[in-house]
Amino acid sequence: MKYVDEFRDGGLAKGLAAAVSHAAVRGRDYSFMEFCGGHTHAIFRYGVADLLPANVHMIHGPGCPVCVLPIGRIDMAIELALEHGVTLCTYGDTLRIPASNGLSLLKAKSQGGDIRIVYSCADALALAQQHPERQVVFFAIGFETTTPPTAVVIRQAHDLGLENFSVLCCHVLTPAAIVHILESPEVRDDGTVALDGFIGPAHVSTVIGSRPYEFVAVKYRKPVVIAGFEPLDVMQAILMLVKQVNEGRAEVENEFSRAVTREGNVKAQRLVAEVFELRREFEWRGLGIVADSALSIRENFSRFDAEKRFPLSYRQVADNRACECGAILRGVKRPWQCKLFGTVCTPENPMGSCMVSSEGACAAHYSYGRYKESERV
Amino acid sequence: MTDVKRGYVRPLDIKQGRVDMSHGSGGRMTAQLIAELFAVAFANDYLGQGDDGAVLPAAAGRLVMSTDCHVVSPLFFPGGDIGCLAVHGTINDVAMMGATPLYLTAGFILEEGFPFADLKRIVDSMARAAKEAGVPVVAGDTKVVERGHGDGVFITTTALGFLPEGVSLSGSRARPGDRILVSGTLGDHGMAIMAQRESLGFSSPIVSDTAALHGMVAALLASGADVHVLRDPTRGGLATTLNEIAEQSGVGMMIQEPALPINREVAAACELLGLDPLYVANEGKLVAVVAGEDAELALAALLAHPLGGRAAIVGTVHEDSHHFVQMTTGFGGRRIVDWLSGEQLPRIC
Repeated sequence: MKYVDEFRDGGLAKGLAAAVSHAAVRGRDYSFMEFCGGHTHAIFRYGVADLLPANVHMIHGPGCPVCVLPIGRIDMAIELALEHGVTLCTYGDTLRIPASNGLSLLKAKSQGGDIRIVYSCADALALAQQHPERQVVFFAIGFETTTPPTAVVIRQAHDLGLENFSVLCCHVLTPAAIVHILESPEVRDDGTVALDGFIGPAHVSTVIGSRPYEFVAVKYRKPVVIAGFEPLDVMQAILMLVKQVNEGRAEVENEFSRAVTREGNVKAQRLVAEVFELRREFEWRGLGIVADSALSIRENFSRFDAEKRFPLSYRQVADNRACECGAILRGVKRPWQCKLFGTVCTPENPMGSCMVSSEGACAAHYSYGRYKESERV
Repeated sequence: MTDVKRGYVRPLDIKQGRVDMSHGSGGRMTAQLIAELFAVAFANDYLGQGDDGAVLPAAAGRLVMSTDCHVVSPLFFPGGDIGCLAVHGTINDVAMMGATPLYLTAGFILEEGFPFADLKRIVDSMARAAKEAGVPVVAGDTKVVERGHGDGVFITTTALGFLPEGVSLSGSRARPGDRILVSGTLGDHGMAIMAQRESLGFSSPIVSDTAALHGMVAALLASGADVHVLRDPTRGGLATTLNEIAEQSGVGMMIQEPALPINREVAAACELLGLDPLYVANEGKLVAVVAGEDAELALAALLAHPLGGRAAIVGTVHEDSHHFVQMTTGFGGRRIVDWLSGEQLPRIC
């Protein structure tokens, strides 16, 4: 495949691996967090970690929108389908996430809920137009990448005067989560977690640009390299991070310059600002309540806000107490150090956020990398 | 001499007509449906006996029997339809045991309102597939369910086959040192179906690989290669099949990503939808686990068959108490190729 295979070339990977090994100074450790689930997926799927020297460690961050979606929000989606009888349109990834009372969207569907997988929010809008007799709700999840399309359909619904379309908005923001991690006591104060830099988001950055990460470099003195989702992108970003650390620099660098600019997609940003506003706080599964970390629909468009159209209330649902997802997302623990990992918590029966989607640290580790434990023993 | 007239029965209106509840009542309408649609298409001496069961000549030796239910949406897809799929799928299960398929039976569950024209297309396709495979449909049954209680048509087929002396294939026979072969490109059927589903909105040239494999199996066994396991990687794809075999045989496996034959269009569609072709269904491919020293012999036999043009040796079997299936990636790393958990769903980013 043109424009894809070039970024997965084994020969180039070998060359980059040699360069990383050469650059990484013996006797010191490097720990980098890839924020995005897309990077986590690439690292495991292509075996990137096998090409890294032993003193370069990757911490798998919270950038998987499915993983960080709190149970309470899925409960709301299920309530919409089962109690309020709406047609709920959702991206496929959310279907299996376990919710309260042994339910999931998949199980709610088997109980008669009208729940449909869509590939785009535009499909949900089209469904609402085709079925004026049905209330259609789009379950909007994701980071800044999926937010502009949601803004577009809300604007379209507004322009069309649709009365049967609304959005359950669960869009979250990347920079707020990065701050949350940097401000966690293990990283900030006691230094139990070594965090030498970040691989910055790929698709998110095409929208928001590289500028929003500059505070990470300036205020927290951590290098950030924005990278594409292909495995060679990830390798190149790691090399750039190692060099920054060696040279004592903390800058925002852009490996993904084929798609990301400093300013990002200004048109998309304006659209998002027109339709959405900042939520004071939002619960992230695994991280807890994070201030200014999510979006809600502005008053002007409140007719399309499912939380206003239907009597819904949010209830926080705690994860299993032995679940270590919070610590894993901050890099304090590794997946296999959690007592639940691979025993009661598996991709078939996830107990915590990191096991929910294949992009989560635990699920990726379980599905793609657990031979390493068997060899470690 | 009686002056009672023979009742005139208006023939089935294949063009415009639809299945209704009376076609499943067991009465005259059922008999008419069977006579005018099924019996015509499947015509053979055994079916023609017209009794409650078909009387078949018994073969001395061992028999292999397998049954398969077919539900597929859409019913018609590029490269096939539920009809030929129902024939190929069950024949292939028997073939994977090394047996020669002899007879088929077919059960139909029809939904009220299903157009006769579509039913005829399906039944004709089934009859064609059975004829090409040389396996007659010798018995069958039809029921009708109320509208909304089915999805157009469900087909269950059962195949009976003869297992020649000395053939012993089983998922439990993979041994360390064996090589793993596939008979051709992976994921064609599943992606043909997925690309056809309305909501995707892209057109693709991907065609299902649905085919009967017993001819290729016979050629493979005739090559003299010491074949230990044969499986058709249908639902769940190659990854699931290899995990089943590894578990059943108590071994580990290592496959090489660059060796896997995958059509460019399938790879691209998978890329777009965030799917992994290793988990996508095939309906005309087989996986063979063969004694290491016979791998090249087996490969040559597969390559020489019309359905095996892109056959390849893709991996090896080794000892592993965890029964992991692993893959060396084209990128130069290594990963587990795990069981699929639940249905493979598209990812959002």
